[in-house]
Amino acid sequence: MMREIRIHARAGQGAITTAMLLAVAAFEEGKHALAFPHFGAERMGAPMNAFVRLSDVPIRLRSQIRHPDYVLVQDPTLLRVNDVTAGLKPGAIVIVNEEKSPEELGLKARVVTVPASCIARDVIGRADRGNTALLGAFAAATGEISLEALKKAVSARFQGESRDRNLEALEQAYDLIASKPGGSS
Amino acid sequence: MAPRMIRGAQAVAEAAALCRPQVISAYPITPQTVIVEELAQMIANGKLEAEFVNVESEHSAASVVLGASATGVRVYTASSSQGLLLMSEVLYNIAGMRLPVVLTCANRSVSAPLNIWNDQQDSISLRDSGCLQFYAENNQEAVDLLLLAYRVAEDHGVMLPALVCVDGFLLPHAYEAVDVPEPKEVDAFLPPYQPLYRLDPDEPLTFGAYAEPDKYMEARYMMQRAQEKAISVIQEAGHSFEKVFGRPISALMERYRMDDASTALVAMGSVIGTIKDVVDELRSQGQRVGALKIVTYRPFPKELIYHALKEMENIIVLDKAVSLGSGGPLATEIRAAFQGSPQPPRVSGVIAGLGGRDITMDTIKRIISQAQKEVLEAEFVDLREDMELEGVD
Repeated sequence: MMREIRIHARAGQGAITTAMLLAVAAFEEGKHALAFPHFGAERMGAPMNAFVRLSDVPIRLRSQIRHPDYVLVQDPTLLRVNDVTAGLKPGAIVIVNEEKSPEELGLKARVVTVPASCIARDVIGRADRGNTALLGAFAAATGEISLEALKKAVSARFQGESRDRNLEALEQAYDLIASKPGGSS
Repeated sequence: MAPRMIRGAQAVAEAAALCRPQVISAYPITPQTVIVEELAQMIANGKLEAEFVNVESEHSAASVVLGASATGVRVYTASSSQGLLLMSEVLYNIAGMRLPVVLTCANRSVSAPLNIWNDQQDSISLRDSGCLQFYAENNQEAVDLLLLAYRVAEDHGVMLPALVCVDGFLLPHAYEAVDVPEPKEVDAFLPPYQPLYRLDPDEPLTFGAYAEPDKYMEARYMMQRAQEKAISVIQEAGHSFEKVFGRPISALMERYRMDDASTALVAMGSVIGTIKDVVDELRSQGQRVGALKIVTYRPFPKELIYHALKEMENIIVLDKAVSLGSGGPLATEIRAAFQGSPQPPRVSGVIAGLGGRDITMDTIKRIISQAQKEVLEAEFVDLREDMELEGVD
């Protein structure tokens, strides 16, 4: 069964790293994965997408993801720019880096919000490094990937203090979403 | 070595390093830059012993590898789009001087309009340059074909430059599992470069000398023969690859579910992956559809292609480039392969994916159903319907 994930971010916010960490974690679990970016203007701050496919069989499909099972929104200001719910598969979950409740966003989809930027600011010291927290929320909300595999991917990507803080952000977000009954609306 | 989840650019750079080039020269251009950045870093970190020559343009990068190759060392460069076009003046010389320069082309559209995304117009425009051309479906092939390209280019019966083409962004920027082989395996497959002739101050000779009408044509004839010879050299290198690395390689072309097929899609590069998924879906619905992946575009293995396709009712050729004023370059050649055959298949040609226009499974399915009804001549697919196209009709 193929799972398709679409990430909405602005260039420079680390969406490629988000996609890569997810692919590495899935690979760690013995799955096949393909992660690739699609740039708009290829300029810092411009809206861009990154895509991840996860599957039990080798992945050959190279087209962009139009009908995602999951959407990750790294920057909530993009909700005003892009229709992040475009083409969602039935039952798809949209995970937004946002302090507000899912209801307040008014999106016509199953939404999970996680204050990834706040966690990143408090734990990593930079609010623009919310991708590891977002991934923790993804793991807790979807069950598509284990926290353990994500921790391995983060440990391989970062070194020293940066690694420890990203692991902390990952786990905090995971625990936060895992502890919410239902966790979504 | 076991497969690792790495970015395509890293995989290609590691493969290039394993070929032990002594001189690398390149000029940055999106989406190629990520490859030579990795190589520059390897050299800076002492992981690769090679000279990286920084230059002010792609013309100079190609000139540096030309000169270095003429001294008898293995060289590497990479480029895209306008960068490759700027190299082209030198690449014709490299081919004519019979220097086995190998480069990766991260395929990108050409200007104007300015566009950084993928199609294959850049490398296709070097069709007649004398360079061998290979097209990779995925990053594993981007690695494998690079190793193969050196081996074939440096074969004394060939001695021609080679382009390994990888669809820009779609491959170099993608993370997927790639098995980059061990150095000792690569050394077994690719022995050190043995030049036939080289620049040496003690025994001076001239490369690219002046050839008057009484000699020029013979030089070009020898290049054509070398291209023809390369077919069997590629086949042999493919067999050797499988022995050394213990896994298969599609060196000239790959037939996918072609047995008993009546409709075949023909294409090059990463779109074949998407096409294979469509073939599986249509096969599960009982349609007799298959795909033919062209890996080696130069030399063009027309005999093999003819035999792979001759039983088809419908052939649909997808070009990610266009010979403006004619049509799809690959479609034109596939049609030519059937010239004079008693019952030629219907050959449709479509132009798709220019400048990064996404090619979806739906695109492919629409093309198939359309081509089963009528023969398509250089049909541009997925054109916008909401744009006024000035000068059309």
